[in-house]
Amino acid sequence: MTIKIPALACLLLAGFSVIAADNIATLRGDAALHEQGKATALTPVENKDLRRKRNSPMEPPTIPHKIDNYQVDLRTNKCLTCHSRKRAADSQAPMVSVTHYMDRYGNFLAAVSPRRYFCQQCHVVQHDSKPLVQNTFKDIDELLQKQGDPR
Amino acid sequence: MKKKIQFYWNIIRKPSVHYSLGFLSFGGFLMGIIFWGGFNTAMEFTNTEAFCTGCHEMHDNVYVELQDTVHFNNRSGVRAMCSDCHVPHNWTDKIARKMQASKEVWGTIFGTINTREKFEAKRRELAEHEWARLKANDSLECRNCHNFDYMDFTKQSPRAAQQHSTALASGEKTCIDCHKGIAHQLPDMSGVEGWD
Repeated sequence: MTIKIPALACLLLAGFSVIAADNIATLRGDAALHEQGKATALTPVENKDLRRKRNSPMEPPTIPHKIDNYQVDLRTNKCLTCHSRKRAADSQAPMVSVTHYMDRYGNFLAAVSPRRYFCQQCHVVQHDSKPLVQNTFKDIDELLQKQGDPR
Repeated sequence: MKKKIQFYWNIIRKPSVHYSLGFLSFGGFLMGIIFWGGFNTAMEFTNTEAFCTGCHEMHDNVYVELQDTVHFNNRSGVRAMCSDCHVPHNWTDKIARKMQASKEVWGTIFGTINTREKFEAKRRELAEHEWARLKANDSLECRNCHNFDYMDFTKQSPRAAQQHSTALASGEKTCIDCHKGIAHQLPDMSGVEGWD
């Protein structure tokens, strides 16, 4: 049963997309299915070193600088040369959050936990570009205000 | 032995019998140009990228890694090749480096790093040689192109401007102290100063 539900959902979705295909603007743009669409121009990475607002308290902060060719692999982690506990005082970069020094059971470790080692799994740079799709995201504070703030 | 030396010494100090002074001095001058020019041309050839990447050790490891970096591929097409960073431009320093590099010929012949595994095992040691060399000469090869006096801090990111206008300007740090691994991949950095 558990397998059938996603399968059914996929079928339904596929059906919908066939019906709605003419009305929906896709990321493909105007290119016909058998043609290669024109690639959008690459945009530069924002490199202002200014911390951005988080859209929710648990959102991993985005990276406010370039990280071209930063090596993060088994041998070394370039990000940690500024953001680790040891280096943060010298670099004045924000230290990686304390949760990164915990294992999955909440025990504290001496170094960054292996499961939190690959920074770019959660933290990403931002490009200065036009959004591809419209976004109606509302901040939680805005929603609360609308409801007369029950806090 | 002494007789032999005396024999040749006598030939050298005897005045020429058959050749004119003009021929000898002009001939000597001409041969000088050919030998000196030939020597320098040969040495310049060993500075070319084709020569450096002629062996598979360089071609398949470090040269591949360079190709992803800004020193190989960038906006304006200015490019550094192996010798720009690894050989001093100044003639006397260059000769000294070339003599050191005879060790690398030895390494090629006896296959010191002729497999990927051997190269990886030696990566830290080889990297440390280069860091030590650049530290000792105050990152001379970087400064062949990147001149501190002409850096415009206002065009750098705040982070870069902050570091360059303090640590670098005071001479407390040199380029290689922070810019390790910009042209090739880094080895295991545990224990290296400034790395976690």
